Amino acid sequence: MPVSCTTNCGRKAILRRPKTGTSLCKECFFDAFETEVHHTITSGKLFFPGQVVAIGASGGKDSTVLAYVMKFLNDKYDYKLNLMLLSIDEGITGYRDDSLNTVKENKNDYQLPLKILSYQDLYGWTMDRVVEEVGKKNNCTFCGVFRRQALERGAVMMGASCIATGHNADDIAETVLMNIMRGDVARLGRCCAAITSSDGALPRVKPLKFCYEKEIVMYAYFRKLKYFSTECVYAPNAYRGHARNFLKELERIRPSVIMDIIHSGENLVFQTGIKTPQQGTCSSCGHVSSQELCQACTLLLSLNEGKAKQGVSKKSHKIRST
Amino acid sequence: MGSDSLKISVHFGGGAEILFDNLKQHDLELPLDNGTWNLKRLIAWIRDNKMKSKQELFVKDDSVRPGILVLVNDTDWDLLGQTEYELCDGDQVHFISTLHGG
Repeated sequence: MPVSCTTNCGRKAILRRPKTGTSLCKECFFDAFETEVHHTITSGKLFFPGQVVAIGASGGKDSTVLAYVMKFLNDKYDYKLNLMLLSIDEGITGYRDDSLNTVKENKNDYQLPLKILSYQDLYGWTMDRVVEEVGKKNNCTFCGVFRRQALERGAVMMGASCIATGHNADDIAETVLMNIMRGDVARLGRCCAAITSSDGALPRVKPLKFCYEKEIVMYAYFRKLKYFSTECVYAPNAYRGHARNFLKELERIRPSVIMDIIHSGENLVFQTGIKTPQQGTCSSCGHVSSQELCQACTLLLSLNEGKAKQGVSKKSHKIRST
Repeated sequence: MGSDSLKISVHFGGGAEILFDNLKQHDLELPLDNGTWNLKRLIAWIRDNKMKSKQELFVKDDSVRPGILVLVNDTDWDLLGQTEYELCDGDQVHFISTLHGG
């Protein structure tokens, strides 16, 4: 028995939204999805007219949908934004080289300028070489730190004043869980914001913050958007995998759990008097840092000196173990 | 015209195709017997007949691994009774994985 669209438009429903439990037809789903992103953008005041925005584009499902929806909304609601695609090549054979081809297709399909920056050019190290050096346990830390800084530099080169990334609701909920599991108080306090900004660094915004991963995939499927879908070859060893598996099991039982976790994360208030790292600037490269040397410079130093394992452990861990 | 098999088309996307020799589309003829061909049975059949390894990346208990979306004729299986949906001749079943970077 076909289910009718909840809006009473008369059309047949094609999906049930995990966020709301409502059943929507294709057209109403597109409308709901796009309107919600528009609401996230306007209520969060994520952009201002005339702004140059660098969209972090990997060729994957989230950034492909992000690029499409931002262009769509920019046209529909006349945000007057100057949109550009920014892609980072980490130098992971068999993963990134293929997805970059997808980004190049996106550039043509959406008619947006594209810039590609590589770790090799920026740092002199590809991720494949980093993994050879440090192994497969802490390599994701290197990659994340390098990528954030690479996005920053690329955006500045393009004249952008903010970076938009395709982080979705599942990603943010996973991050909240990860930070709780690892007791990372400082990150927990920051990870739910739709805009993260700090002195000296470009603001980073997450317009898809409230979009469920399932809906992003369905949106891409029904809009026939092309994206590249392979897991990073080093991902199976990443800590995030535990949080992801747990979250997926929870979602199956109670789909609203993803929004609930984000809501909890946003409302966590820490007691006063807790010492959290203060944000300053790196003495070597000038980027945002809570230590004298920013994480990227510390990691690079350790890579170049061949002492890569040291760079990853926190100072506090070292003190406690002596 | 009668038929003694159920003809359906199974599609793998979002990276799931890697578990099936990178072949996205599989046209299947399922034998009609006294049992019901529902999605639960199809998933078990795929696990037993189309997978030589890594079954746990596709199947969990009686269903697909959480994170794999299922569509029948472009309709979310959540609207069709999930694993209880009974297959019809000519159905197009899509298994789309969401378990990868974005």
